[in-house]
Amino acid sequence: MAIEHADVLRAAHLARLGLDEQEAHGYVNDLSRILEMVDRLQSVDTEGVLPLSHPLDATQPLRADEIIEPNRREAFQSCAPAVADGLYLVPRVVE
Amino acid sequence: MQWETVIGLEVHVQLATQSKIFSGASTAFGAEANTQASAVDLGLPGVLPVLNENAVAMAVQFGLAINAQIPEISVFERKNYFYPDLPKGYQTSQMAQPIIGPGEVEITLEDGSTKRIRIHHAHLEEDAGKSLHEDYHGMTGIDLNRSGTPLLEIVSEPDLRSAKEASAYIKAIHAIVTYLGISDGNMAEGSMRCDVNVSVRPKGQETYGTRAEIKNVNSFRFAERAIAFEVERQIDLIEDGGKVIQETRLFDPDLDETRSMRTKEEANDYRYFPCPDLLPLMLDEAYVEHQRTTLPELPAEKRQRFQHELGLSAYDADFLSSSRPLAEYFERVKDVAGDAKLAANWVQGDLMARLNKDSLDITESPVSADQLGGLLLRLKDETINGKAAKQVFADLWERKGESADEIIDAKGLKQVTDTGAIEAMIDQVIADNPVQVTQYREAEEDKRGKMIGFFVGQAMKASRGTANPQQVNALLKQKLDALL
Repeated sequence: MAIEHADVLRAAHLARLGLDEQEAHGYVNDLSRILEMVDRLQSVDTEGVLPLSHPLDATQPLRADEIIEPNRREAFQSCAPAVADGLYLVPRVVE
Repeated sequence: MQWETVIGLEVHVQLATQSKIFSGASTAFGAEANTQASAVDLGLPGVLPVLNENAVAMAVQFGLAINAQIPEISVFERKNYFYPDLPKGYQTSQMAQPIIGPGEVEITLEDGSTKRIRIHHAHLEEDAGKSLHEDYHGMTGIDLNRSGTPLLEIVSEPDLRSAKEASAYIKAIHAIVTYLGISDGNMAEGSMRCDVNVSVRPKGQETYGTRAEIKNVNSFRFAERAIAFEVERQIDLIEDGGKVIQETRLFDPDLDETRSMRTKEEANDYRYFPCPDLLPLMLDEAYVEHQRTTLPELPAEKRQRFQHELGLSAYDADFLSSSRPLAEYFERVKDVAGDAKLAANWVQGDLMARLNKDSLDITESPVSADQLGGLLLRLKDETINGKAAKQVFADLWERKGESADEIIDAKGLKQVTDTGAIEAMIDQVIADNPVQVTQYREAEEDKRGKMIGFFVGQAMKASRGTANPQQVNALLKQKLDALL
C-alpha cells in the first residue's frame, strides 16, 4: 500500500501537527516503509490467533465506585492561561 | 409515491454512579464549575484511568434486561478529535469489541400492539465537558465537571418505521434504565440524549436511502417533532429531484426544524485505536450470572402480568408499568384495596389528574398508596358511595385527615343503605315538589328516565350525599311510577 503526499498532510491535519513541505516529504518515505512492513505482516497466516489489543497478558482491574477526589480547582487552574468564574477560558469556538 | 421512513437511534444514557467512569471525582449534577474535574478528567500528563466497577455492573444489567449477548472480552478505544471541552484530545469509548452485544427491546404502540426492535450493541464511554459561549471577553468558558461521567450508548438497528415508533422506543429504554436504577433518566438534566438516524425509501424498496443524523434530541416530544420534520424535508427534496446527502443536522426546538451543521469531510475520521492505558475487560460467566440475580421485574414482564394476571386492559397495563415508582404505587393501592381494576381506574383517573394539575410526580403525591388503597377499600365494601369517595380523596390531598376512615367518620360520609331512611327522604322530596311530579306523570314514557334525575339530585342533596345512588334511583322510580 502506497502513501501519498496528500495522505500525510491529511493525517497531520487530523493530529493538528504543523509540517513544512520538506518534513511532509520525509514522512511520505518513512510511512511508506512502515506500511510495507505491515503488508509483509499481513501475509503471515494468523488463523486461530486472537487479536492482541494490549501487550500485557492481564485484564482490567476495577475500582470501587467511591468519591475520593477532593476539589483541587485552584491548583489545577493556577497553570491555566485564562480563567473566569471557575471556567477555563479558550479562544471562542463558535461565531 | 408512497414513502417508508427508516429510523435508527443512538441513545446515550448517563449511568447513576457516584464517581466518574475512570476517576474518583463526583458525578453529582449542578456543582460549581470545575470543582469535580480531577487530574484524570482533565487529561493531565502522567495520570492513569481505572475503570469503575459500578459502571461495568450497570452496563451488564442493561445487557441482561434486553437479552443481549455479553462477550467475555471487551476493549476500550480512543476516539480522537479536537474540541476544547475534551482536553485529552480523545474520548475513551468502545468500538470493535463493545461490552454488550446484540439484543432486543419490545416497544408498545398506541393501539396496544408490540414490536421487537433489535439492538446492534451497547458500549461504555465517557462524557465530555461543557462549553459556555456567553461572552467572556470574546472567549469560550469550559466547565469540565461532566468530563468522565459514564455513559452507556445504546445503538439500535434501523428497525423503527415512524416518529411514533421512535418515541415509543425511547420510552421503552427510559423505562428499562429507570427500572434497573442504572440511570435517573432525567432528560431535562441531560441524563438521556439521542442521536437519530433518519432516511426514507420508496415503499417496497429493499435498500436503505441515504440517512441524515440528527443531534440534540433531548425529549420524547422533540424526537417525534425532529423526525416528522426531517422525513418531510427528505421526501420534498427527493420529489423535487434533489438528493439527500449524508450529514449531521441539529434539531432546533424553537423553530421546530433541523439544520445542517457545517462539517468538514474529515471531521468524521476519528482514528479509533485500542487505549493503551486500559487493559481488556474480562467478564466471566459467574460475574454475569451474579448480575442477573440483582435484576428486578422489568417493564415488559410487569406489563404482561398486569394484563394477564390482573385482567387490566393493554392500555392500562402499559401505562401503569411505564415507570417503576408508578407501578409500585399502583400495586400497593391494589393490595390494600383488593381490587386491581378499581385501583387502576383511580390511579390513572383522579390521582393522575390531580398530580398533573399540580405538576407533581407520583413520588411527590400528597396521598400515599396506603391512603388511596384505604379509601378504595371503603368504596368497594360500600361504606361510602362514589361521590363521597371523591370528597375523601380531596380531603386526603389537602391533608385534612390521616386516613379515609378518619375523614369518613369525622364528616359523617357513611353511605345510608337503610331502605326505611331512604324511603322517608324520597317521600319528602315527592311531597315537596308537586309541580315536577305532575310534569313527570304527564311526560312521554321515554322522557321520564331523564326527568328522574331531578328527583335523584334532590334526594341525594337531602342525604348530604350519603345515600346509595343506585338505591335512591330504584326506589324513586318505583314510587313515581306508582303515581302514574
